[in-house]
Amino acid sequence: MARRVAIVGTGQTHHKSHRLDVNGREMIHEAVTRALEDCELTINDVDAIVIGNMDHFESINCVDTWSVEGSGGVMKPILKVSTGGTTGTSVAIAAYYHVASGLFDRVLAIGWEKNSESDTTGAIITCSDPIWDRFSYSGAIPSLATEASAYMKQYGATQKDAARVAVRDRTHALNNPYAQMYNRPISIEDVMESAMLAYPIKLLDVCPRSDGACAVVFAAEEIAGKISPRPAWFKSCAARHTTTWFGDVDYDTGLLSLQRAAREAFDKAGIRSPADDLDVAELYLPYSYAGLKWIEALGFCGPGEGPRFIWDGNTDMGGKIPMNPSGGVISTNCIGATALLRVAEAALQVMGKGGKRQVPDVKNALATGFGGCWWSDVVVLSKDRPS
Amino acid sequence: MKNTELLTIRSGDTGMPYEWSIGKYGSRFFREIREHQRFLGIRCPGCGKVRVPPRRLCGPCFRELDELVELSDTGIITAFSVVNYPFIDPDTGLQRPIPYTYGYIRIDGSDNIFSHIINETDESRIKVGMKVRAVFRKPEEMEGNIRDIRYFEIIR
Amino acid sequence: MEKAAIVGIGQTKYERRKSGEIYYDLVYEVTTRAMEDAGYTLDDIGDVITVSNDFWDGRTISCMAVQEAAGAHDKNVSTVEGDGTLGALYGLMRVLGGSGTTLIVAHSKGSEGDPRVITNAMFDPVYHRSLGLDAVSSSALQASAYMSRYGVTEEQCALVSVKNHKNAKNNPFAQLPMDITVADVMKSRKIADPLKLLDCSPVSDGAAAIIIADEKHARKARKKPVWIKGAAHCADAYFLGDRNLAEAASLREAAKKAYAMAGIGNPAKEIDVAELYDAFGYMELMWLEGLGFCDPGGGAGMTESGKTAMGGPIPVNPSGGVLSAHAVLAAGLARIAEAVLQLRGEAGSRQVDGARTSLAHGINGPCGQSHCVWVLGKD
Repeated sequence: MARRVAIVGTGQTHHKSHRLDVNGREMIHEAVTRALEDCELTINDVDAIVIGNMDHFESINCVDTWSVEGSGGVMKPILKVSTGGTTGTSVAIAAYYHVASGLFDRVLAIGWEKNSESDTTGAIITCSDPIWDRFSYSGAIPSLATEASAYMKQYGATQKDAARVAVRDRTHALNNPYAQMYNRPISIEDVMESAMLAYPIKLLDVCPRSDGACAVVFAAEEIAGKISPRPAWFKSCAARHTTTWFGDVDYDTGLLSLQRAAREAFDKAGIRSPADDLDVAELYLPYSYAGLKWIEALGFCGPGEGPRFIWDGNTDMGGKIPMNPSGGVISTNCIGATALLRVAEAALQVMGKGGKRQVPDVKNALATGFGGCWWSDVVVLSKDRPS
Repeated sequence: MKNTELLTIRSGDTGMPYEWSIGKYGSRFFREIREHQRFLGIRCPGCGKVRVPPRRLCGPCFRELDELVELSDTGIITAFSVVNYPFIDPDTGLQRPIPYTYGYIRIDGSDNIFSHIINETDESRIKVGMKVRAVFRKPEEMEGNIRDIRYFEIIR
Repeated sequence: MEKAAIVGIGQTKYERRKSGEIYYDLVYEVTTRAMEDAGYTLDDIGDVITVSNDFWDGRTISCMAVQEAAGAHDKNVSTVEGDGTLGALYGLMRVLGGSGTTLIVAHSKGSEGDPRVITNAMFDPVYHRSLGLDAVSSSALQASAYMSRYGVTEEQCALVSVKNHKNAKNNPFAQLPMDITVADVMKSRKIADPLKLLDCSPVSDGAAAIIIADEKHARKARKKPVWIKGAAHCADAYFLGDRNLAEAASLREAAKKAYAMAGIGNPAKEIDVAELYDAFGYMELMWLEGLGFCDPGGGAGMTESGKTAMGGPIPVNPSGGVLSAHAVLAAGLARIAEAVLQLRGEAGSRQVDGARTSLAHGINGPCGQSHCVWVLGKD
C-alpha cells in the first residue's frame, strides 16, 4: 500500500527576467535554502532529490549531476524528470512517489529554468519533430492562437474575455512579491492595445520568460505532522500526455488531456463538483484564453461558459473559486519551475502561509501543469489527511 | 563583492549536427511526393481515421497500421498565423526570415492536420477554410525531406 | 520494501546505425516484446515511464516522440532523463506507490548525433566546456588517476575488453562480439591516453524495456517473476576536481544501501552474476571495487585471476557489457534485462549456471558521478 505523503515546506526565488547575479546552480540553491528554512530542516535531513528543467534552454546535459552543489545532492540519491512544460508537476509527482513507495521519507523536489540564457522560441522549436514540423514551426504562440480562434468561433468568446483573465492574474500578482510581474498591474485596455503576436493573441495575453527556481519538501505520513503543524496532504495526481503528433490535436474539442487527468485525479480525491469542492486553484495557464477554455475541461463550468464564469468574478480573490492568487504563469514563467510553482502555491494556500495572497479557509487546492504536445498533469492537495 | 560587474559568456555559434532517420513510413511518404507529387496517408482500421504523414501506430488504438491511402495534393486551411516576431531558427542558427505564414492544413481525405507554410503573408488575403494546393520542388531537385514541398498556395 | 518483481523484458539488437528506424520504432518494438514476454496486454499495464535525453535525441521534450509508441496515450506517464536504471527505479516507486504494474522503456540512437558535442554538454559551460572535455577525455583522466593510485597497468584494463567482447559472442543482441587479445587492445589506436580504441565502448542504437509488477500482478505474468531485492542510487560531487576520481564513492554508498535492502552481507559470495556499466575497460575494475566484490585496488587482480570470467565465482557481464553495445540510457535497462534472464535461466549460451541472485548497475553523468545498483533474486 502506498504511504500517505504531505508537502511540508516550499521555497522559491524572486523571479526576474534576468538573474545575472547568479548562475543556475546558485539560483537553485536559493530556492532549496528557502524551502528547507520553511520547514526547519537541513539538507542532511533530505533523503533524495528530484530535479527537472528543459535541457535546451540552458544547454546543459545531465542536470541531475550538474546541479548537485546547488541542489544539495552531493552523496545523495538524485534523479532528473523532464517532460517539457509539465516538468514541474512531473517532478512533484515523482517526489510524491519517492515517498509513497516507502523508499524515502523526506524528498526535495526542484524545478528551475534560466530562460534568459537562450532564445526561448528557438529552443521550443526544437521540441517539434525534426522530420516534419521543425522547418515550419514557430514556437508555442501560433498553435495556442489556433486553439483560441477555434474556441472563439465555437462559443463567441471575445478578445476582451481573454483580456479579463490576463488582468485577473496580473492583479493577483500585486499580492505576490516573488512574481516577476509583481506590482505591475494592467487594464483590459492595456491588453487590447498591446502588440498582436498571432491573432488573437497579443503581448499581454501571454506569459513572460523568467529566471527562477522552486523547491518543495515532501514527507512521509509518520513524520509530516512533526515537521509541519499544518502540512498540505498530497491527495491525488494524474497525468495524461495524450498526443505525440502536433497534427493529431483536435482544436474543436476541449483539452482532452486535462479532461482525462482531472477526471482521474478528482475521482481519487473525492472531488465531485470542482467549483464547490475545491477552494483555490493554481493553474498552468500560459496564455489568457486558456483561462476561459481550460477551466471548462476541469469542470468548473460547462462548455462555452468560461467567459461568463470569469466575468462574474468567481475566480477573483474573494470569489467562489479564486484562481492563481500567485499571479499565475502570466506573471512568472521560468518554464521548468512553472508547474512546480503551481504545486508550491497550492500548498502554501493549504498550509495557510499565503500571506497577502492567502485565500481564507482553504481545505482543498488544485494545481495543474501544461506542456509538451497539449499534455496535462493534475495534483490535488488537502488540509485533511487522506483516508 | 558589491561592485562586481556581472559577466556572461556566449556559447558561440557551434552547431550540434544530427542525422535523424525518417523511418519506413516517412520514407514512403517522400517517395510518393517525388514520384507522384501527392500526399500519402494511413488509415487505422480501429477508429477509421486517416492521418498524414503516415505513421506506424494509431496511438489511441495502439495498433500497427499498414493501409496506406493515396491522397491528392490539395487541402483546406484550418488555421494559420502570419509569424512576425523574430527568433533563432535552430536549423540554421540564424534568425528565420519573417514574415512567413505558418499553416495548419487538412489534406483532402485526411482527418488530422499537416503543418506547413503558405505563400501568402497578407492577412487580408487569407482565411480559414480556403482551399490550398501544394507546390513541390522539381522532381529532379527533390531531396526526400519536408522542403520537397516548397509551400502551399491558395487556390483562388 | 514491499514485494515487487520484474515480469517482462524486451531488447532490440544493438547496432552501430539503425538507419531505417526512428526512435518510435525502437520503443514500439521493445514495448511489445516486454508485454509479450510478460504475457500482458496494454490493459495490464498501469503506468508508463519513458527514458530519453534531449541531447541524444536532438529534440527538446524528447519524450514527446515516443509516448504513443510506449502505449502511454491514456496512461499516467512520466519521463526520467538519465540512465535506464534510474528510470526503472522510478518505475519501481510507481509500483510500490500503487500503480500495480509499470512499463519502463529507454531508447537512444548514438548514431544520429555527435557524441563528443553531446557529452561535452555535461561539463560546466563557464569553466570546463571550452576545454573540450567529453565522456572519453574525462574518462581518460579518471583512468589515469585510478591506474596511478593503485598501480594498475594498461594490460590489466585490457583484460576487461578481452573478456567482455568474448562474452558478447554468446549474446545475440550484442553489437561487438569479438575474439581479441590483450595485445590487440594494446596496439589499437590511441584515443585519449591511456584509453585506446578497444578500451572504449562503441556508439550504438537500440532500446530496452522492462515491466515491474507488484506481487498480485506478478502472479498473473506468464513467466516466473524475478523479485527486486534492493535498488538504490547516489551521486558524487560535480566538478571532477572536487572528486577523488580513483574511488567510486557514490557507488559504494548506493551499493551499501541496496545490499542492506536485500540483506546481503558479503556481496562477493552472495551475488552469482553481475551486469555492470563498463563504458571503458578500467571502469569495470573500479566498479568491482565500489561494489565491494574486492578491496580498493583489487579489481585488476580479481579480473586476472578469472573470477569475473564465465565459469568463475562471479561472472561479470556475461552479455558482453556496455563495451559490446552502448545504447546510452537503454544500456542500464539492458543490464537489468540481462540480470533477469540469468535468474530465469533464459540466458542461453551466456547463462551462468545456478544463478539465484544477480546484480545490475548503471551510471549517469561524467566518470560515473551517479550510480544506481539493483539486486535481483530468484526467490
